[in-house]
Amino acid sequence: MSLLEVEDLSVVFSRRGRRDVRAVDGVSFSVDAGQTLGVVGESGSGKSVTSLAIMGLLPRRGAAVGGEVTFGGRKLLGMRRDELRDLRGKELAMIFQDPLSALNPVVPIGRQVTEVLTRHRGMTGTDARREAARLLDLVGIPDPDRRLREYPHQLSGGMRQRALIAMAVACQPKLLIADEPTTALDVTIQAQILELLKELVRQEGTALVLITHDLGVVAGLCDRVNVMYSGRIVEAADRRTLFVDPRHPYTTGLLGSIPRLDSAEGAPLLPIPGSPTDTLPWSSACAFAPRCARSLEVCTTVTPDLEPDGRRALRCHNPVPAEEAAAVGAEGRRE
Amino acid sequence: MTTATQVDAAGGVFSGDESGGGRWSEAFRRLRRNPVAILGAVLVLLFVLVAIFAPWLAPHDPQEQLLLGEVRPGFVPGPREGFPLGVDSLGRDELSRLLYGSRQSLLVGIVSTLLGLSLGLLLGGLAGAFGGRVDNVLMRVTDLMLSIPGLLTAITITVILGPSLTSVMIAIAIVNVPIFARLLRGSMLAQRDADYVLAARSIGLRRRTIVLSHIVPNSLGPVIVQATLTLATSIIDAAALSFLGLGNQDGTPEWGQMLAEAQDLLGTRAALAFYPCIAIVIAALGFTLLGEALREALDPKFRR
Repeated sequence: MSLLEVEDLSVVFSRRGRRDVRAVDGVSFSVDAGQTLGVVGESGSGKSVTSLAIMGLLPRRGAAVGGEVTFGGRKLLGMRRDELRDLRGKELAMIFQDPLSALNPVVPIGRQVTEVLTRHRGMTGTDARREAARLLDLVGIPDPDRRLREYPHQLSGGMRQRALIAMAVACQPKLLIADEPTTALDVTIQAQILELLKELVRQEGTALVLITHDLGVVAGLCDRVNVMYSGRIVEAADRRTLFVDPRHPYTTGLLGSIPRLDSAEGAPLLPIPGSPTDTLPWSSACAFAPRCARSLEVCTTVTPDLEPDGRRALRCHNPVPAEEAAAVGAEGRRE
Repeated sequence: MTTATQVDAAGGVFSGDESGGGRWSEAFRRLRRNPVAILGAVLVLLFVLVAIFAPWLAPHDPQEQLLLGEVRPGFVPGPREGFPLGVDSLGRDELSRLLYGSRQSLLVGIVSTLLGLSLGLLLGGLAGAFGGRVDNVLMRVTDLMLSIPGLLTAITITVILGPSLTSVMIAIAIVNVPIFARLLRGSMLAQRDADYVLAARSIGLRRRTIVLSHIVPNSLGPVIVQATLTLATSIIDAAALSFLGLGNQDGTPEWGQMLAEAQDLLGTRAALAFYPCIAIVIAALGFTLLGEALREALDPKFRR
């Protein structure tokens, strides 16, 4: 049994006077200790909602969560609120996209880090301060004693993200969910932060769920990848399979829209036409059909199932053939 | 504009250790550069110093009817040697009464604001922290209170409690409670969905910790500004209540009362009405300017 098992997870947002929104639908996956799972998709594909649902951070009213989430043998959905609160920060933790808004602007960094230590490890006073300084040092913040006294706005973006990571890993959680941890950062800082996460996974054996829209991040870090579209997984595969031999038109679309050094000069980028809002309901069609170059008659009338096929699972009526996939995925692409 | 911001940021980094570099010390730095704030602070300081040192500054005892013998119906003696602003209708030195009057105004302003503030913070904090039914009940009560004009409520309360300085302070405090409660509650609700609250929940912090050490400190800015402005309105309200004869009854000088007494002499010695008016305006203006400047200093949108 894996550390985290997500079975048929669904999240439905309902608001009075509006139609219900199925943000996540029938999502299943599992993550083992020391493994990194990438969750890729455009904005609105349900990546973040999936992670909030696992953490139990969705609002109680207005969001109906279905399915089953098992963490270390314990069912997270439907768990008592205080029990879940004891787990959060201790055994499962989360890193957010925008480190500036995820830190309290009027509270010094030091107090925000020591709060976790007090809450879960019972540390107070000098002990907590020393441990907080050690954590900042661990995530690569120079002069930690001084930084502890400072406020979030006095730190650079990269340092803020490091501080947030320090808070998340303070209790050596078994599972870390990183929701676009590098999106708000400079490219050079991105690489450092990813390296740091990689190191943490390797040293502590933490399971990492990395949510991103950046396939470059996935290529560098993830063992397995789930590609999500409009709340459902459309392709799930190990990293190598996904990059070398992508079969779902959406996956090839994502790969094709990345600028490449080895493409001929003047060769156009191939963006996916339309926007994520042009969807059909999954209940009677393939949601991606309106934007899909390979869509057939059947795509607008029959829901495709997520069918396991060797090293991957694929939800498509008309997958990209192997030869074409190789051209998009290409051996030449860096892994 | 950009340069100024950069200098600010750099200054923040370097001064981090000594001043903490938090939002308040940054606001204070901005406040010091704002001429309006300086003017407000000078007026407030003047007012406070006068109140403290009134016994040393005043040439006479404010209660002693020194020139009563010269007062005739409809006539009071004008300024003269030793009485630069003249005397009131009971022959008491006008300047001394003005100086001493600042003590009453300051006392009423501070006490009623603090009292209103603490009750308002308590109620607003409860509403903001618990939401739901608690919030609903408390906010309907504040709606009710806010729907009646403040001064009218204050007059009613003072009449019920019997005219005295304490009644005036209590009445003004009660009028201020719903204003503070509503402000803190709204400010807390705005913070509740902030990312850092989600982040705090993601590390398993208890609700009490999140409310007390994260949400409340972030919600206090507008409340502090309102408190400064309330000092001004409290002073004005106190004068109004005293003007109506609802203030202290022991002859202690009070600006509103002095104004009321001067009414009869408007035809002959209008200046007697003018002086307390000026005093009230200066005191209120000082706090208002300071409050407005503080609002600007704390508001990120005003940052220059």
